[in-house]
Parts: sequence; structure tokens; C-alpha cells
Amino acid sequence: MGKKLLLEHINEPGIETFDVYRKKGGYASVEKALKTMTPDAVTEEVKRSGLRGRGGAGFPSGMKWSFIDKKSDKPRYLVCNADESEPGTFKDRYLMERLPHLLIEGMITSSFALGAKTSYIYIRGEYMYIVRILERAIDEAYANGFLGKNILGTDYSLDLYVHPGAGAYICGEETALLESLEGKRGNPRLKPPFPAIAGLYASPTVVNNVETIAAVVPIINMSGDEYAKIGVGKSTGTKLISASGHINKPGVYEIELGLPVEEFIFSEEYCGGVWKDRRLKAVVAGGSSVPILPTELILTTAKGEPRLMTYESLSDGGFATGTMLGSGGFIVMDETTDIVKNLYTFARFYHHESCGQCSPCREGTGWMEKILHRLHHGHGKKEDIDVLVDVAKKIEGNTICPLGDAAAWPVASAVRHFRKEFEAAAVEELLV
Amino acid sequence: MAKLTIDGVEVEVADGTTILNAARQIGGELVPPAMCYYSSLKETGGKCRVCLVKVAQGSGKDPRPMPKLVASCRTPVADGMVVQNLTSPEVLEARKGVVEFLLLNHPLDCPICDQAGECDLQNLAYEHGASTTRYEEDRRTFEKIDIGDKIKLHMTRCILCYRCTFVADQLTNNRVHGVLGRGDKSEISTYIQKAVDNDFSGNMIDVCPVGALTDKTFRFKSRVWFTKPMDAHRSCTKCSGKVVLWMKGDDVLRVSARKDQYGEVKEYICNECRFDHKSVGDWTVEGPRHIDRHSVISQNHYEKIDLQKLKKEVERQLEFQKGKPLPESNPLLNS
Ligand SMILES: Cc1cc2nc3c(=O)[nH]c(=O)nc-3n(C[C@H](O)[C@H](O)[C@H](O)COP(=O)(O)O)c2cc1C
Ligand code: SF4
Ligand code: FES
Repeated sequence: MGKKLLLEHINEPGIETFDVYRKKGGYASVEKALKTMTPDAVTEEVKRSGLRGRGGAGFPSGMKWSFIDKKSDKPRYLVCNADESEPGTFKDRYLMERLPHLLIEGMITSSFALGAKTSYIYIRGEYMYIVRILERAIDEAYANGFLGKNILGTDYSLDLYVHPGAGAYICGEETALLESLEGKRGNPRLKPPFPAIAGLYASPTVVNNVETIAAVVPIINMSGDEYAKIGVGKSTGTKLISASGHINKPGVYEIELGLPVEEFIFSEEYCGGVWKDRRLKAVVAGGSSVPILPTELILTTAKGEPRLMTYESLSDGGFATGTMLGSGGFIVMDETTDIVKNLYTFARFYHHESCGQCSPCREGTGWMEKILHRLHHGHGKKEDIDVLVDVAKKIEGNTICPLGDAAAWPVASAVRHFRKEFEAAAVEELLV
Repeated sequence: MAKLTIDGVEVEVADGTTILNAARQIGGELVPPAMCYYSSLKETGGKCRVCLVKVAQGSGKDPRPMPKLVASCRTPVADGMVVQNLTSPEVLEARKGVVEFLLLNHPLDCPICDQAGECDLQNLAYEHGASTTRYEEDRRTFEKIDIGDKIKLHMTRCILCYRCTFVADQLTNNRVHGVLGRGDKSEISTYIQKAVDNDFSGNMIDVCPVGALTDKTFRFKSRVWFTKPMDAHRSCTKCSGKVVLWMKGDDVLRVSARKDQYGEVKEYICNECRFDHKSVGDWTVEGPRHIDRHSVISQNHYEKIDLQKLKKEVERQLEFQKGKPLPESNPLLNS
């Protein structure tokens, strides 16, 4: 059994209430940080822990925190990204639903480290019922002196708000999120400036994923060095994986980074193997945006080493033979899966979610969807496959935000690894 | 001050200048095209991606290249920066892609579009686009909308540069105009088709790079290349009064603001000058407006032409037709 740092108490009855959460050792990190540490010492622990952003990009969190502009005379903000809309990803939902106080505890400790006096949880509109869960928990935290003025009698004060979006994947992109939080249309901003310099209301801001912020709690409790002992190399600690698709036991699993992919898929402790005694065909390992890999490349790297659930191992081989850990949305596909149809579904999603600001993504995502629609419905041509790949190439790297890349990568990888299926889907010659 | 090179040409510009504006200070072929950036409107740019360039060296201090192509219109220069535009095959390939994307849902209805002949998209496609399309699907269409009684919005032609929304935002004090919807279903809108009625709304027409916003008082009156653009002015209490009159014989068919060589208006004009003074008598005519020879508008030869040069070019072309290599570069282009 791997260590559980986040989900240890998730099945405890009443854990969503302040009292039970507190009895189980909750809010200890707030007490420790506020009473015995300086804000910089908290940041230092996060740096030492090696924690990397759990929202998808895997950027070192301690480093991100240290970029925040401390010279600015503007207020600083911590914004939690709870927009979780990446197809295949549902770990933040699970955590917030059952352990709202864990997120709130993480928000308080992290806000203290950053010197934020007001913080926000930006949550996707579809999670309305979770807004209520969080607000109830926030009320409890205020009532117990963990939020509001002079927390635990110290001179640190914090207000925390939950803000629901209107249901847009793009509002998970951190600058679109900030626009939306400011009440504007959720279009990504051009960078630089980065949020650490000019984020919310043009003030220094850190945006972190739900799981990232929750992970700060065990880091402060056990110390950064202890946290860093879990995992392999630069992939430290535990990670929540949303496992879905053709497996016997779909669900959210907390794994120690470094677990072999094969063990994750086939062991009884995790996914429990491919369902219906079928064979594994492919895996999308980190949410719909990351490259799809066929069985032989997801279980072992191109060099023949076992593939591990780490940032480095999953991306071994670059995009030619590797993929990314991303947000940990692990989608398993059995031998009956129609890759063309799957890709068409993804393409439809990205077309629907493009904000439309920049031309390669606005036009290219729709074009890719249309070509895939044709291929999927049996009236695509062989040449369409090359056009498809070329369109993806012309989007990739040329857009304002990474949604364009997120739309292009699945296409490029699916054709790279499953070209035969696309060719089989295409008709030889159109009969007119 | 920052010293940088663009396609090998050195230039020194003030700190904070964008790569695009640094290139414009050099001028000529190496200036990246721009479809959404507009120097006199704040926050424009970054959207169309046609101005992408490669930064082969970030600065003298940090010589690493930038990992992706960058929008030159919004990327500030740095001392010691090395920029590649025409000298980077990667940039040209990406730009070709962007032009294709911009044309994807464009109706290509130039034969019936008032903007034809002075359309930035037409020019861009001519220089960077392919002559055929790989797009087989239906193009998106919208109903035409009246924005007040003088302006027609034909969203079907729009490339979503957002310039007009910044005009609405920045030249007037009431914001009544923005973007609705998402992705390729986005549309410029006044929401409930409210009229945009302020003294400077007509400038939306001039900033539109395509024929999406057109002057209703000019629609279908004439192809622009059959009109003569004349610089003219009048004394006006609301604006500079400096305009271009687009004339046919003695008739003023249209009044517009003056655009520079990059298609940008530097002095906006008021609606009274634009829409209400359509008689030459209202204006002091300064003389013919200089129009770039590459422009189809100059087909009209309203400016004196150098017949010697023209003859030389015809001879050169004739030689070429006979299968001989072009003897020398086009003398007209060199002048
Ligand atoms: C289109 C798009 C959607 C995104 N959606 C989310 C999301 O739902 N949740 C999230 O945490 N990060 C999302 N991100 C990543 C964020 O921009 C940002 O990197 C992240 O919130 C940073 O937090 P972290 O460092 O803790 O991972 C998205 C990025 C893009 C480009
Ligand atoms: S890449 Fe797509 S989603 Fe991102 S800014 Fe451009 S159009 Fe919007
Ligand atoms: S002009 Fe630079 S992106 Fe449009």
C-alpha cells in the first residue's frame, strides 16, 4: 500500500465537517505555520518538498511562489484553480466533495506564505453543489477562528471566497480564469506579464490547482524534506490519478509517484486490470490533452525500461514515443476502442471550448473536427489524414494559450501511433 | 535604448518598443504583416498571429532563443536581440498557416465586397497565401446587421481582430459593443442590436481590416479603384478635419480618415466629417493622395506615371515571356 497523504481520512464518516476533520488532525499545518514559522519559511518548505503543480504543467510550486512580486505595493492574491474541465480528470471534485477542509486548510497556509489577505477558489459552474459544500466548510472555518481577522490570535487575517465560473474549459487557463474572476469575458491574456507580477486586478497573484494547494498541508506537517523522500527523482510526493475507461475499478487513486504504469493498470489495489478480460490497446495518461500511447509504449519506454508514473518517465522519448503526466487523467482503452471516433470526440471538445481569440485555434480546431467527422462517418479520404496532421502542426506553438497545443497533440499522436486505423477509415475514392 | 537586428538589419529603438514597431522603423519588406494590432488603439494585437517572428536570441545578456514563435506586435525588444522574419523558413511556414486559417471561414466574396482593393486580408492572401484551398466544408455565415443607420456589420467576413471593439471602448465613453459567443461562433455584436450612436463610431469602419464593417453611404456605389482619393480638410470643432475624399468626377462618394503605409489611422475623424459632408465645396482639397503602387487602387493612374520606367518593365516582362531569365530586378520596385 502506498502512502496516503491527501486521502487518508476520506472515508471517515463526517470528515466534511470541521469537528471530525479537526479531530483527525486537521488544521495542524495552519497552527504550525502561523505560530511557529515565517511566511518565507513556509515557502522554503514547499521548495524543499519538490512539489510540482498538479494542474497539468508540473511547474515547481515553491519556485512559482518565490516569483511573486514582493516589492509591489498592491495586495497579493492566491487563487485556487478548481475549474477542473479537462476530459478524463475528476480528482479535484472528489477531494473538494469529501475533504473541503483540506483545501481550505491548504489555502490558509499557502495564503500566509504568500502574504495574501484575500484569496479565491475559482470553481467551474458545473460544480455548483460543491460550491455549497465549500461555503458551508468556509463558514465553519470562520466560526472556529481559522478564517477572518487575527487567525488563532496571530496578526494574520484572511478572507476566502468561492467564485463559480459559467462553465468554460478555457477558464481553467490561469489568465482566462483571472479575467473571468474579474467579471470579464474569459479570454486568456497575452503573456508577459505573468500573474506573479500582474495577475488578479493587475496585482501579484499565484494560481494553483486544488491538489497542489492541498499538498501543502502534509508538506508543512511532515516537512519538505520528508515529503521529498516519497517518489522518484524530481517527481516527489503523491499524486491523485483519475482513472477511467475500460478498467475494472475506475475511480480516484492516490499513488506514490514512481509507481510502474503496469502495476497501476493491472494490480488489484488500483485499476484492477482491463475489463471484460480484454486486451489493453492504448492509454491517454494525463487528461485528454496529452499524447495517446499504444500498449507497448505506455508500459515500457522506447528504450525498453518500465514506464513509471512520474513526470520524467512518462515524457521519456519526447512526443515521438512518450507523453505527459499532465493532470493525471488516466484514460484506458481496450482493444475494441475506435481510435478515430475517440479522436473525433476530443476534437469536438476542443472546437467547442476554443475561446476564439486567436486564429489558429479558432479556425483550426473546427477544421480538425470536421475532417475527423468525415473520417469517422466513412466519407473521409486518404489525403484528409495528412491535412489533419498539417493543421495540427500549424496550430501547435502558434497560439496565445496552450489550448491550441492541447487540441493539436492528441491529433498528432493518434495519427502517429494508429495511422492504419485512419487509413482504414478513409475511403479509397469517392463515388460520385 | 536597445539595439537589435531583424533579418540581419540593425536598428536601435527605445526600450519597451515592440519588435513590430522596431521593424517599422527599418521599413520595407522585412516588416511583418499585422491584421489585428493597431498602434493607436491600446491592447490591440496578439490575436491574429500573422505577425509571428522567431527570436533566435533573446538578448545580449540571455542569448537563449525563445522557445516558440512570438507575436512581434506585442513582444518588447531587448538589447542584443536577434529576430528573424523573412529569413526564417519556420516563420514563413507558420504565416502561411495563419493566412490559411484566416481565409478558412472567409466567404471570399471579393467580387461583391466594397472592401476589395483596399482589403488587408486580400493583400495578405495575395502575398502569403496559396491559390487553392484545402478546405471542403461549409463556411460559417451570419445575417447582416445594421449598427446604427450609417454602418453595416457583415459578420460573415469578420476575422475577429477585435479592433472595432477597442474603438468602441477607447474613442467613445460608452461601451456598447463587444464580442458574443465563443470560438468560431464568436461574433462582434452590440448585443440586442442597439445602435452605436456616438460621434466617432464611424472609425470602426476604417480600423476594420476586411469588409465586415462598411460605410452604408458608400456601399455598392463604386469599386474603390474607380475612385480618386484626394487629401482634403475642413475646419471641424470635433476632430482634426483631415480626411481623404474618394471622388468620382466631381462627386464625393466617400469620406474616410487618412491611413499610413501600414493601413493605420493616426488621426480619427468624427461622424459629421465622414457622413455629412459629401460635397467638394465643403472641403479644401490638398491634392491626390499617395497610394502605394502595389495597390490595385493605383491602377487608376491618377498620379503621374513614369513612362520610361513602365516601358522598361514591359520589355523586361516580354523577355521573360520568351523564356529568358529576367534580366534585372523590377525597376519599378526599386524606385
Ligand atoms: C485550456 C487550459 C485549461 C486548463 N484547465 C485547468 C484546470 O481546470 N485546472 C487546473 O488546475 N489547471 C488548469 N490549467 C492549467 C493552469 O493554466 C495553470 O497552469 C494551473 O492552474 C497552475 O496550477 P499548478 O501550478 O498548481 O498546477 C489549464 C490550462 C489550459 C491551457
Ligand atoms: S489558443 Fe484557443 S483558447 Fe487559447 S487564446 Fe487562442 S483561441 Fe483562445
Ligand atoms: S498583428 Fe500581431 S498578432 Fe495580429
